[in-house]
Amino acid sequence: MSGATPHLVLDRLTRRFSGARAAVDAVSLEIAAGELVALIGASGSGKTTTLRMVAGYEVPDAGAVVLDGRDITGLPPQRRQFGMVFQHYALFPHLTVGQNVAFGLEARGIARSERMSRAADALAGVGLAGADGRAVQSLSGGEQQRVALARALVIEPPVLLLDEPLSNLDPTLRRSTREELRATLRRLGVTALFVTHDQEDAFAIADRVALLAAGRLLQVGTAEELYDGPANREVAAFIGRSTLVPGALDRDRIIVQLGGAARTLRAAPAPDLPSRGPATAVLRPDALGFSPPNGPDAWPGVVQERRFAGALLAYRVRVAGDVDLELHSTVRDVQPGDAVWVRVTREPVAVVA
Amino acid sequence: MSRRGDAKGTWLFALPVLLVLLWTVVYPNASIIVGSFDHGLRSWRQFASSPTDREALRTTLVISIGSVIAAVAVGLPLAFLLTRVEFRGRRLLSAVATLPAALPPLVGVVAFLFLYGESGVVTRGVQALLGLDHAPWTLNGAGAIIFVHAYTMYVYVFLFVSAGLERLDTSLDEAAAGLGASRSLRLRRVTLPLLTPAIAGSMLLGFMSALGSFSSPYIFGGGLRVLSTQIVASKLNGAMDLAYVETTVLAIGAIAALILMRWFERRRTYAVSSKGSVVRSRLQSPTARVLAPVLGAVLVVILVLPHAMVILVSFARDGTWTTQVMPPEYTLDNFRRLATDNELWVPIWNSVSMTAIATALDIVVCFLAAYLLVLRRFRVRWLLAILVALPWAIPGTAIAIGLASTFDRNSLLGARALLVGTFWILPLAYFVRGVPLVSSATEGSLRQMDPSLEDAARGLGASWWLTMRRVVLPAARPGLVAGAMLAGITAVGEFVASIVLFTHANRPISMEILSQLRNFAFGTAAAFSVVLIALVLAITLIARWAEGRWSRAEAVVIQ
Repeated sequence: MSGATPHLVLDRLTRRFSGARAAVDAVSLEIAAGELVALIGASGSGKTTTLRMVAGYEVPDAGAVVLDGRDITGLPPQRRQFGMVFQHYALFPHLTVGQNVAFGLEARGIARSERMSRAADALAGVGLAGADGRAVQSLSGGEQQRVALARALVIEPPVLLLDEPLSNLDPTLRRSTREELRATLRRLGVTALFVTHDQEDAFAIADRVALLAAGRLLQVGTAEELYDGPANREVAAFIGRSTLVPGALDRDRIIVQLGGAARTLRAAPAPDLPSRGPATAVLRPDALGFSPPNGPDAWPGVVQERRFAGALLAYRVRVAGDVDLELHSTVRDVQPGDAVWVRVTREPVAVVA
Repeated sequence: MSRRGDAKGTWLFALPVLLVLLWTVVYPNASIIVGSFDHGLRSWRQFASSPTDREALRTTLVISIGSVIAAVAVGLPLAFLLTRVEFRGRRLLSAVATLPAALPPLVGVVAFLFLYGESGVVTRGVQALLGLDHAPWTLNGAGAIIFVHAYTMYVYVFLFVSAGLERLDTSLDEAAAGLGASRSLRLRRVTLPLLTPAIAGSMLLGFMSALGSFSSPYIFGGGLRVLSTQIVASKLNGAMDLAYVETTVLAIGAIAALILMRWFERRRTYAVSSKGSVVRSRLQSPTARVLAPVLGAVLVVILVLPHAMVILVSFARDGTWTTQVMPPEYTLDNFRRLATDNELWVPIWNSVSMTAIATALDIVVCFLAAYLLVLRRFRVRWLLAILVALPWAIPGTAIAIGLASTFDRNSLLGARALLVGTFWILPLAYFVRGVPLVSSATEGSLRQMDPSLEDAARGLGASWWLTMRRVVLPAARPGLVAGAMLAGITAVGEFVASIVLFTHANRPISMEILSQLRNFAFGTAAAFSVVLIALVLAITLIARWAEGRWSRAEAVVIQ
């Protein structure tokens, strides 16, 4: 947050649908002006419901939404004007591209000529100059996404909300759109909160990532903070790939025993962990590597699987009777069935309960 | 590309289906058009210069447009109320909102007569309440016809708009709200424009029905002339060529409406629903909270009253209800006579057997037609599509006149058979009227089937027959059952074509109701009406049962 006053505050937002468990359970989050924050989580984790409460489409059962110090929890969506980008874009099929983008200005009673020229500018801003007169149905998926973005941006929303903005695009288009989206939002200095189930999208676009599971907020931080210092097992399991292995924590050291071979690793324990006692080491595939045979801090194992993944190869190595380590390596000449030695190449390792 | 064009096998089915439809749908109507030119342009000139015909044409249009406006005025707000607002009694109102559609045309008219006619219960009730010397209104003329039409035709608007509202992508409304649009702006700029195809479609459907409507102008018209009654009058007067001209004019109007409707339907491409479903909002203001259930209760009473009235009068002793508000004497005699008097049993048996024959024929022909339309490609598919839709637009009176003038003699060369005056002419008329209902419902079901299922079955080595039985037929079944149900309901209460074609021997229930009414045997007429309502209910229950029995097969085949 670096000392900035929060622009948007989600204060213990809670939403219960019929049934005992809360869909969103006391979620609190502060967003600074100009910050891009991603809400990520598996489907059913409550991320879309949280976004809809911020937009005003859902009324929270408890908690508040505060914008620039003003409680806006009771305001209907049309009074908040957060300009949401929907998953399926929700472009009005009976209006042209230009009329779609100008709709929010029409709602504000801005004269036709002015709103059409501002819509044209907004379209140019997303690389669709001259598309004003086109029919929505004639647009490709990527173009529709950009029209939806222009439509939301043209009303200069205090906070831009995006619900899975990239999920309907094919993988190639998705990567380029991701970069464009970040560049556009940065250039305009927009504050944005967006929902995605794809962590790559979140890492690429957001300044900070908020991870939700079962309606609860598990951790908020930069992508690297979540990857290198997960607050608990759930975060470690959701963010990136990892092998969770049991060990004994002793302040800044963890002793990990695999197949009879105990190794001591430097530890970065989660904040609420007792300084001594049983704990779990999070071994990331990119923090593991092959080692020369009989290395002092290496484990012996057998390669189970070799998968080509472009720049890297992904190996699965069985070290103890039942523990499979996943490791990424540029080494290419190892084959399934080979006996190898594996060691931790980057320390400290994250430690969770 | 699949090999769905393999010509020989397709033609094996397409040819008989096309021939049957050309013979029963196109041939009779074409012979009417040809017949209208029998004396060159004389009949047309006669039509154009006749003040009564001009008046009939004008009145028909006025009544049709008035009926459509009245239907929209009732159906549109009701659809919004029931899909968008939550209030006490909403479920009950939803349950009875489509009730008027289950009322056979003549029964509806009879019920309105008992309720709002000059000696109707409501009319006399108001008269007594206000202490008037004579009835406060007469159920007569254009206003009366539009009133009855509004009651039956608002259902189209209600159903189309409700379906449109339910399919409407709720995120469009949310997007508009998020961009700052007020409730009224959203309604004006987003919701109503998106519903335009549904509204226009239901209006045209109402227009088509009103154009061809016969029973209410026939009973309530008074001195009023409309085209459909004019056709029957011309036929009775022996002026067949004039009847042909009038029929042609009426049919052209209806077909024009059908073409327009199809055009609107094709525009209904958007409104694909995404995540999010219908959200009913609770009423905010306390006045509305009190008013909505009261309004709902009044509507429920109005909607249930015709059925209730028919049932009540069916227990009234014939000839006793004269000047009283309510029928004074009640008895079970009417029903006892129906069960014991052979003469009274005949129309019931006629209606049931003729309906069964017509519906069975509809099922066979329309299943094949739908199969050909959805899963086969052949050169004249467009013709088949027109043939199965055509009887929808052509008013019942016109269909009847066509059949009457075509199947009135045996002629091998003219492909004619003498059916007029026999039992078979009515099942044939019912069959023709059922074709669009069964084929469009079956088409709808088949379109939901993944077409690659048929290819997959054939690819697994299944014979054509096995594929048909295990894959195509189960997929078509829900639509086939629903369509057959509609066709059966229409046939069992059919009145419009029957009045032109019936004989004493094959008179259906509707004709018997009419003749009992003419004898002022209100109790007996109502008892027949109750039987008709019971038959409609029975058909509905049979269809439900059939659907439930086969639903497991559907679940497997339909994605």
